[in-house]
Amino acid sequence: MKTANTGLRIHRRLAPRLANAALAALALIVVLGMAEIVIGSGRIRWNIIVEYLFAPAVLNGVAMTLMLTLVSLLGSMMLGTILAAMRISRNRVLETIASAYVWFFRGTPVLVQVVFWFNLGLFLPQVTIGSLSLPINSLVTPTTAALLGLLLNVSAFMCEVIRGGLIAVDNGQTEAALSIGMTPTRALLRIVLPQAVRVIVPAAGNLAIDLLKATSLVYVIGTREILGTTQSIASQTFYVIEMLIVASLWYLFLVSIASFGQSRLETYLARGLSTAGRELPRANLG
Amino acid sequence: MTFVQENHQDDIVRMKGLTKAFGAHLVLKGVDLTVRRGEASFIIGPSGSGKSTLLRCVNSLETYNDGELWVEDYLVGAEKRGDAWYEARPRVTAARRARIGMVFQRFNLFPNMTALDNVTSGLRMVLGQGRREAEDRGRELLDRVGLLDRAGAYPAQLSGGQQQRVAIARAIAARPSLILFDEPTSALDPELVGEVLAVMRDLVREGMTMMVVTHEIQFAEEVGDTVHFIDGGRVAESGTPADVIRASRNARTSEFLARIR
Repeated sequence: MKTANTGLRIHRRLAPRLANAALAALALIVVLGMAEIVIGSGRIRWNIIVEYLFAPAVLNGVAMTLMLTLVSLLGSMMLGTILAAMRISRNRVLETIASAYVWFFRGTPVLVQVVFWFNLGLFLPQVTIGSLSLPINSLVTPTTAALLGLLLNVSAFMCEVIRGGLIAVDNGQTEAALSIGMTPTRALLRIVLPQAVRVIVPAAGNLAIDLLKATSLVYVIGTREILGTTQSIASQTFYVIEMLIVASLWYLFLVSIASFGQSRLETYLARGLSTAGRELPRANLG
Repeated sequence: MTFVQENHQDDIVRMKGLTKAFGAHLVLKGVDLTVRRGEASFIIGPSGSGKSTLLRCVNSLETYNDGELWVEDYLVGAEKRGDAWYEARPRVTAARRARIGMVFQRFNLFPNMTALDNVTSGLRMVLGQGRREAEDRGRELLDRVGLLDRAGAYPAQLSGGQQQRVAIARAIAARPSLILFDEPTSALDPELVGEVLAVMRDLVREGMTMMVVTHEIQFAEEVGDTVHFIDGGRVAESGTPADVIRASRNARTSEFLARIR
């Protein structure tokens, strides 16, 4: 640490530091007290949790949850970008269609949409492609219904996140890109979108984490993801609380990884945009 | 080989009765103006007189509603098929813009790219040059505007004057036949104006064709070949700096010059 340049010394004040310490101690007492209520009850069989945490059935559920999340997320990025481009386009028909899509899929609960897709066969029993006619019920399995419901729903939110990012980029950027000879499409993809990503990533990250947890809703149509598998184990073994804890631990683990990835991505995208360094301690404070 | 305008081969920009309206508001009310190859053409006039709009029409950042605007051998916003002119396709307009540099009032550098990447952006992303070739040219240009040592800096780490010099390097990177300057010093602190004008003065000396919208009357007088005074959407007076600035016979020009001096 740098030593003070002059003899002048600024004295530390103790009062605010003591108040901070007292507040921290109080908060710790409350947290530990609550932990004591849960753990100290002696009703939770921890060995069961350890036993089932890595059971093959549970791991299959984790894989299913990851698949639902990643496919819905990637699909929604593509569909959301198209919808966002439609919403900012000057073509009134495209703009209206995209707005109506967002209005409908953002306005109805994702659980309702998932159940709807699962029951699609009720009013559309057959699909005919050319001479081929297929019963809907062979196409719409619990997995495809879950994917369809999640993807279409999260696309509506993704559209708004991407549109917000595109609007946040100054119009001068587009003009500069056009002036060096880019076509409007290339200017959008090469200049505006990379800058919009900075605004999009934090919001899209929250959306991805919400989506990861929202995949648990599809257990109601029998999809075997984390909650579905743990609930089915619970119904056979009556380890209800233990299985919920197993599910929660997996969700926490997956969300932690996602949060870490998100913050790394944000740091990377912020390059060149901040000139502020870390604040050094004051050398003349003693 | 026949040119449409055989007797105008020295002209790079020709406007005839150029008219532009935003809604019910007429901004340009029939502008006639010519820029010759190799000429430094200055456009001056009061705020809201349509100077910037006029400039932005030249590279299609604005469309015009009536009249004719020719650049080199083409009609801006249109392309020729057979003997008739049709609306220009986006990639035709883009290819034409690549031949015209533009410097903006607010610099409009790409904030997520270094100074060098900004300068080479058109070479790499539009002309498809390799990084090596583009960066050699980019360094040469940064050296010309005195910023070779800041090649790796991002726009946020540069002063306004430095940013505008990088923007000028970006505008001339693809060796355009014309550069448009839209109030290049209006967003700068007074002490930073000089370094940008110095770079522009060098370009004039090299014989670069340019159209400059500015409030720097003294600079226009010093380096300009032609000065156009625009007032109320029309060209009120055109001529050499000596005619228009030093010895104007137009009452509106004299009044404007007296006001800003």
